[in-house]
Amino acid sequence: MNKIKKLTHQTEFYIFLVIIVLALIIQARSDQFFTGNNLVDLANALIVPALFSIGTFMIIVSGGIDVSFPALAALASYIVTVVLNGMNYTGPIIVPFIFAGAIGLACGAFNGLFIAKMRLPALIATLGTQSVFRGILQGALNAQQINTLPPSMKEFGQSSLFVSQNADGVTSMMPTAFLALVVVVVIAFIILRYTMLGRGIYAIGGDESSANRAGFKVVKTKFFVYCFAGVIAGITGIIRACMMNMVHPTNMFGMEMTVIAAIVLGGTSITGGTGTLTGTILGIFLLTMVQNSLIMLGVPAYWQDFMTGLLIIIGTAVSSVQILRSQKQRKPSLSKAGS
Amino acid sequence: MKNDATFSMRIKNWYGHDKNFARLLIIFILVVVAFSIINPSKFLSVANFQSMVYQFPEFGLMSLGVMLTMLLGGIDLSVVGMANLTAITAASTLVAFVPEGASDGQTMMVIVFAVALGIIVGSAAGFLNGNLVSRLHIPPILATLGSQQLFTGIGLIITQGSSISRLPAMYAETGKTLVAGFIPLALFIFIGAVIVLSIILNKTTFGTSLYMMGSNPVASKFSGLNNTAVTNKAYMLSGTLSAIAGLIMLVNYNSAKPDYGSAYTLQCILIVVLGGVNPNGGFGKVGGVALAILILQVLSSGLNLFPTISNFYRQLIWGGVLLAVLTLNYFTELREKKRISTSYKDDKPKETAKA
Repeated sequence: MNKIKKLTHQTEFYIFLVIIVLALIIQARSDQFFTGNNLVDLANALIVPALFSIGTFMIIVSGGIDVSFPALAALASYIVTVVLNGMNYTGPIIVPFIFAGAIGLACGAFNGLFIAKMRLPALIATLGTQSVFRGILQGALNAQQINTLPPSMKEFGQSSLFVSQNADGVTSMMPTAFLALVVVVVIAFIILRYTMLGRGIYAIGGDESSANRAGFKVVKTKFFVYCFAGVIAGITGIIRACMMNMVHPTNMFGMEMTVIAAIVLGGTSITGGTGTLTGTILGIFLLTMVQNSLIMLGVPAYWQDFMTGLLIIIGTAVSSVQILRSQKQRKPSLSKAGS
Repeated sequence: MKNDATFSMRIKNWYGHDKNFARLLIIFILVVVAFSIINPSKFLSVANFQSMVYQFPEFGLMSLGVMLTMLLGGIDLSVVGMANLTAITAASTLVAFVPEGASDGQTMMVIVFAVALGIIVGSAAGFLNGNLVSRLHIPPILATLGSQQLFTGIGLIITQGSSISRLPAMYAETGKTLVAGFIPLALFIFIGAVIVLSIILNKTTFGTSLYMMGSNPVASKFSGLNNTAVTNKAYMLSGTLSAIAGLIMLVNYNSAKPDYGSAYTLQCILIVVLGGVNPNGGFGKVGGVALAILILQVLSSGLNLFPTISNFYRQLIWGGVLLAVLTLNYFTELREKKRISTSYKDDKPKETAKA
C-alpha cells in the first residue's frame, strides 16, 4: 500500500501514464505504434537527445543550465572528422571517440571556468559560449557538410544490434550506438547514486551555501559537472555523425530546447536539487514520441514547434505548481512571500 | 566649495557617479573614432548612417524589453518570437483585408488596424509570459524559452512555413516617412521609447517598484508591493516593445517569416548586460542600455566594412564580447569586495561608511 502511495507521488509515474495513453491513442489512430519497426525507430531517434540529456540533467540538478551542448557537439564532431579524414585514418572507432571526448572536455572546462569559478549566471554564460563555439565552427573553420567519414566511423554507424522486420516487410535496425547510451546511463547512475560526488551535485543544487558548510567542494563539483557534460556532448556529436553517415555543422542546433524541456518534463526541478535519471529518460521518450508520431497522426510538420512549446509550458507549469504546493505544506508563511 | 571645483574634478565626480555610463561612452567614442580612421570614406558616408539608423531600432526596442525583465531578475528569451508573431499578424491582416485597387484612404485604415492588432497581439504574448512567471511561478528562463517556441510555432502555423510578402506598398512607404523632415520614423519611435522608459523607470511608482522587486522580491512583497502585477506589467511592456520592433522589421524586410532575426536574442542579452544591467536584477539604467545599443550597431556596421570577415565571425565576436564583459564585471566586483573587506579589517569605520 505504501509503495503505491509513493508511486503516485512521483512525476515519473504520471509521465509514464501519459506515454501509455498517448501510445494507445496513436495505436488506435494509425494502427502502427506497437510494431517492432516503429519501436526500434523510436529508440533510434532517442539515442542522440537522450545522450545529451544525461549531461544536461546533471548540470540542471547542480543548479545550473547549459544551452551550448549542440554547438559543442557539432564543433567536436567536425574537428575530429576533418582531422581524421586529413590523416586518411583507418584505425579503430575508439580513437575518434576519445578525440571528440577530449575536445568536449576542453569546451566543457571553458563553460565550467565561467560558471563554477567566476559564478556567472549559467544561462547567459552558456549563451555566450554557444555563440563562440558556433562562431569558431562556421566562421573560423568555415564548416561545410562532410559526406565521407573515416571507414571505422561509417562502419560503426551502419552496424546494428538486431534488425526488426514487420509483417509487411518494412525493416528497421537497432544501431550499435544504443549500447553507448546504455553505458553512459549506467556511468551517470553510478556517479549520482553511489558516489560522494553525486551526493554533492544534488546537495549543491538544493542549497549551495548549506552544501558548502556541509563540506562539499562547490566549485570543484560544479566544474566537474560541466566537464562531464562536455565529454558526453563531444562523444554524442561523433555518434550522431556516424549514425547519419555525414557531418552537418548546423543540424543539431535547436536541440537544446527539446532536451531541456524533456528534462524538466521528467520532474527535474529547473532550480536544481531534485530529479531522477529515470524521469529524464522518460521525458526524452515522451518528446521523441510526440515529434515522431505527429507525422503518423497526419499532423503537418509545421505544428511541431507549437506542440513542443506547449509541452514545455504545460510540463513546467505542472511541476512548478507541484513544488509550490509542497512548499506551502511545509512552511506556509514563507511560501507566500516568495515570488 | 562648488566654485572651487575645477573642470577635471567635475569630470571625475561625474565619472565616479556613473562609472558604467562613462565607461560605455568612452568605448562608444573609441569605436567610432577607430572605424572612422580605418575607413573614413565608407564608415562616415551618408549611406552607412542611413542603414544604421534603420537597423538598430529593431533590436534596440527588443533590448529595452529584455532590460525591463532583467531588472526584475528575470529574462525574456521570447522577444524575437513576439516580434515575428506581431509582424506575421500584421502582414497577414494587410494581405487579407486590402482589396485589389483599394483607395489610399481604405489602405490607410487597414494599416492602422493591422498595426493596432499587431501591438495587441505582442502585448498579449508578453502578458502571457508575465502570468507564466508571476502566477504559475515558472522560472523566467523556461517560461520564455517555451513561449519563444510557442510563438514561433504559431507563426509557422499561420504562414505554413513560408513567408508572407506582397504587402501593400503603402505600408513600407508610411514606415519610411521622415518625421519633421529628417528623422526616420523608426528612429523617432526608438528615441520616444527610450524617453518614455526612462520616465517610467525614474519617475513612476511602477519604476520604483520594479527596481525594489528586482533587488529583493521577498522584501518588496512584505512592504506591500503587488509582485504579481509588477511582473505582469514588465513582461507585457517587453511584449509591446517587441511588437513595435516586429512592425519595424516588417517595414525593413517588406515580408514576414517566423525565423527572421533569430540572432537577435543573444544580441539583446549582450546589449543589456553590456549596458550595465545586473542579471540578478535590481540595477541598471536606460541610458546605459541605449549606449550599448549604439555601440553594437557601430561595431556591426564597422565589421561590414571588411568583406573578408564572414558573417559567422559575428557570432564569435558577440559571444566573445559578452563573456569578456561578464568577466570584467566579475573582476571589478571582486576588487570592490576586497576593498570593502580590507577596510573592515583595518577598522576604519569612516572609510567603510564612504564605500
